[in-house]
Amino acid sequence: MTSDVDATAPKYLRDKYAIIGVGETTYTRGSNLTTRALGTWAVKNAMEDAGIPASEVDGMMSYSNNDSTPSPMIAGDLGIRLNFYMDVYGGGSSSEALIGLAIGAIEAGMCKTVVVFRSMNGYSQVRIGGTGVRAAAPIGGDAVHTAPYGWLSAGQNFSPSFMRHMYDYGTTPEQVAMVKVIHSEHASNNPKAYYKQRLTVDDVLNSRMIVKPLHLLDCCVETDNATAIIVTRAERAYDYRNTPARILAVAGRVCKPRIDMHFQHGPISTVAGYYIKDIIWPNAGVGPEDIDLTGAYDAFTFTTMLQLEDYGFCKKGEGGDYVSSGIMRLGGERPNNTSGGHLCEGYTHGMNMIIENVRQLRGEVDCYCPTDNRGRRQHTYDYSEEGGCRQVRDANISMNLGWAMPGTGSSLVMRKG
Amino acid sequence: MPQGEYRGMNLSILDIDHENVAYFGHCAEHDFHLQACTDCGLLRYPPGTACPWCQNREFEWTPVEGKGAVHSYGEVHQAIQTQFREHAPYMILIVDLDTQKGEPSEHEALRVAGNLVTPDGELAPPELVKQVGIGSRMRMVFADVSDGLALPMWTLDEDAEQPEKPWRYPQEYNGV
Repeated sequence: MTSDVDATAPKYLRDKYAIIGVGETTYTRGSNLTTRALGTWAVKNAMEDAGIPASEVDGMMSYSNNDSTPSPMIAGDLGIRLNFYMDVYGGGSSSEALIGLAIGAIEAGMCKTVVVFRSMNGYSQVRIGGTGVRAAAPIGGDAVHTAPYGWLSAGQNFSPSFMRHMYDYGTTPEQVAMVKVIHSEHASNNPKAYYKQRLTVDDVLNSRMIVKPLHLLDCCVETDNATAIIVTRAERAYDYRNTPARILAVAGRVCKPRIDMHFQHGPISTVAGYYIKDIIWPNAGVGPEDIDLTGAYDAFTFTTMLQLEDYGFCKKGEGGDYVSSGIMRLGGERPNNTSGGHLCEGYTHGMNMIIENVRQLRGEVDCYCPTDNRGRRQHTYDYSEEGGCRQVRDANISMNLGWAMPGTGSSLVMRKG
Repeated sequence: MPQGEYRGMNLSILDIDHENVAYFGHCAEHDFHLQACTDCGLLRYPPGTACPWCQNREFEWTPVEGKGAVHSYGEVHQAIQTQFREHAPYMILIVDLDTQKGEPSEHEALRVAGNLVTPDGELAPPELVKQVGIGSRMRMVFADVSDGLALPMWTLDEDAEQPEKPWRYPQEYNGV
């Protein structure tokens, strides 16, 4: 079976854009700050990371589920005069998509440098897990086909797709739990991670059941935080402080048919990555075998597995073997979510996984390794113990696999500049 | 405007939402109907403005048998809504209707969701939840909400031959 994607897009933007700065706030529960304050600090941190003055940032984009503060407030606080801004509705998979749209805005001559941010109190205000204000909202129109069945949250919504994968391919709870185990190992070497404790398969399987097949520890953490990423043309990227992460290709919010009700189009255990792969690989000019590390969105343990499989990192149906084999462990062939991702570091709708890969490509990830007298980290590449290293050796090409839901996803391939 | 309270939730369908008004109106009469395209003849679900396969706007509401097999499910052990908590674990079933299964392409079907309920429409007790999984044969019943609004639900089809062991998630939790 082949897909019907037209992948004949011109490749002239390959390698022409770069990420020059990244920043975030502390991953916390109970920020005691507005999303305006969080967003301002994250953008400021990204600007300091790049060493870029306010006068050279002239574009701003953000996304939210009506749970954030729009660009004009953030720009105003930081003395940024905008030539372009746009704040859109969106959740997971928007991060990669907005980086692509930022490239488009610059390419169109509308501005020169764009900061993309996401600011959210995902624990203390609008809870990402679907409890609180989201559960109390009236239900109208098309939602009457689903929500009255006690079918509201992301975990509830995706559970039949996950379950069907186990039925179709014999995937086991133990295999899938390894995603959490491995990401927890990575988080234990990340001073920023909200959850730093290393866990076992038994810890996952013995945690309370939320909605089969998801135990509590199959689900991501809810946190308060803001994150920011600065995009500009590659020839400008070397004017700033860090080694740029150059963008080989981006795919934004690619969909299966019928995403108004994603399970109408089977196989329901196939996800948007099935279509994305036909855009992202030709446009990037690389294939799965060239990727040194991945950031496969882990809203749930299953989302990491389903995406890696449909992008072609393993054969369809062998995702359980892939995620439990050790390939995606630090020190393995292709580590995934080296920060601990959404399962452990914090929940940002995908931004933190791009930020992590940018730092990995620089070779300057912030782990527990000692620094020299000029502040540069002296990586040991010893991942065996908590509080150790998490820098990937020879990280040259990374991929992000963004997830909105089974039917929609985005992707970003970057290389070391 | 069809509206009503169901398990603590305020449900409503705007009068201008003609397709959903008609769909849930048929459900309120316990007489399941779907739109059939007058051009290509395919039924569609969910209700919509045009045919997803040929874009034709014309359709006829057509009676459809409420029978099928469980394609997949979720089993909620930690309910979010207060009025579901006393019924946990409850099942969310996705049922492939027998009508038009595998059309117009191999993996497509009219997949209608609903909770697993007893024949008289109550959310299933744990002993019943344990009996249902992928492959179980189901028939549709309705949960009445108000005039012009009822919700499709699924109960085990007593007249059908059930699979000896429908596929269920391998780990039991709280005995289910």
